[in-house]
Amino acid sequence: MTDPVKPAPALGASGADVLIDVRGVHYAIDGRAIFESLDLTVRRGRITGIMGPSGTGKTTLLRLMTAQVPVDSGQVLVWGQDLATLNSREVFALRKRMGMLFQNGALLTDMDVFENVAFPLREHTDLPEPLLRTLVLTKLQAVGLRGAADLMPAELSGGMARRVALARAIVMDPELLIYDEPFVGLDPISRGMIERLIRQMNEALGITSVVVSHDVPELAAIAHDSYLLSGGRVVAHGTPEELRASADDVVRQFMDGSAEGPVPFHYPAPDYEQQLLAVEDP
Amino acid sequence: MSATTADALVVRNLRKLGAVAVFLCRMLAQCAPAFARPRLIVNQVYNAGGRSLVIIMLSGLFVGMVLALQGFDLLQRFGSEDALGTAAALALLKELGPVITALLFAGRAGTSLTSEIGLMSATDQLTAMKMMAVDPLRYVAAPRFIGGVIAMPLLAAVFNIIGLFGAQLVGVQLLRVDRGSFWSQMQSAVALKDVVEGIVKSLVFGFACSLIAVFEGYHAEPTAAGVGLATTRTVVASSVLILLLDYVLTACFL
Repeated sequence: MTDPVKPAPALGASGADVLIDVRGVHYAIDGRAIFESLDLTVRRGRITGIMGPSGTGKTTLLRLMTAQVPVDSGQVLVWGQDLATLNSREVFALRKRMGMLFQNGALLTDMDVFENVAFPLREHTDLPEPLLRTLVLTKLQAVGLRGAADLMPAELSGGMARRVALARAIVMDPELLIYDEPFVGLDPISRGMIERLIRQMNEALGITSVVVSHDVPELAAIAHDSYLLSGGRVVAHGTPEELRASADDVVRQFMDGSAEGPVPFHYPAPDYEQQLLAVEDP
Repeated sequence: MSATTADALVVRNLRKLGAVAVFLCRMLAQCAPAFARPRLIVNQVYNAGGRSLVIIMLSGLFVGMVLALQGFDLLQRFGSEDALGTAAALALLKELGPVITALLFAGRAGTSLTSEIGLMSATDQLTAMKMMAVDPLRYVAAPRFIGGVIAMPLLAAVFNIIGLFGAQLVGVQLLRVDRGSFWSQMQSAVALKDVVEGIVKSLVFGFACSLIAVFEGYHAEPTAAGVGLATTRTVVASSVLILLLDYVLTACFL
């Protein structure tokens, strides 16, 4: 048992400033437990970072928070509403208040950049074309891609696609933005740009942000609160500085990027020497 | 095959049949809202129909020409070669037109639909739509399904017209069947019921092929291999189902 930097919120803890409240969530895939009694809160107007080794269920947690998959037990409350009790119409109403940036951008490949960003507006509003155009160009300007409005997704680099996806995610002025591994596979310039944009969205527009990543330096630079997941539960939670100062073995191993520690680098396997000898002498 | 394996196979197929039925009901519920965006449906009629025109026209031409050769060979044994027009028209309108068009549709448009939707799923585009509070069943599945159902009878009509032209080309121009007999016998022998039979078959095949293509794409495993397998399943299931339905419908119309 590890010693968290700051204790996880008590079961059922809630308050006016809590936007997402994950309470005692159990979730398993094909009988394999991904989360066991997971507790976590996301506070309004803050950037909450969720970190953890690969395969620890960070993206799955986002899917639970956005009602893409139901929990096995426990509760996920978003804006005070238990996701398990909502029908599909209510889930869609909830999602109109949030934006999500996917790891690969997930742009619609049969439309150009402008139409991708305009897509939610065309689907959910009856804005006149000139106003819609102004809104889309404003968002594209915010991510530095107004000049790329006529390009198709296949013509964009990974970083550009991610920025277009960000423009699309904010075009409906959401109250909550969810980022799934926003820094993966980006060059340092694009990474810095995305990092600045996340911070700007939070500071200028007051958007609550949830950032899932295993890029510790980038996340530590922007997150107000951080959660470290491992083994299906929160092993540490606090500000990035508190996590860095932690003496906990799991936290230390993750923050230092060490292969040695309680989180095994190797997937369970038979004895290495015996396996090699078995190959040589069948 | 052991009894347990056979049981498992039956259960698996019944489960899949149930999944198709549920999917169909959910998609049909989204068809009315999909008509609010007619541009999407027109695009899909073009994708499924317009882009299949060349292969349909070429196939129709050759099928009509072969039909004339074989028909002439058979009919002249009974001294009835003047009935070539009637034989070609009935064969094309009632059987070959709808069936071959549907088989070609499954291979050309069905695979395209499945792989397109499968890749959209594999690249998170469908999930992104859901996260934008847009139901992919309404925006992606329903317009493609409706487009396929509309395109199939149109393609079959084109196939029949080109097929008749091919039959006339060989029968009248090459084999010297009397032009007047060719067309007049066709006009007097072909009834509205025969045309309706072909149209009904085309609509049913269009419904079945589009449903299978969209279902397989929507439920494809989001990997390269998964999309490939789903595409194969679309062709196999569509082809078998077309021939099965053809037998059932022919029996009903007799």
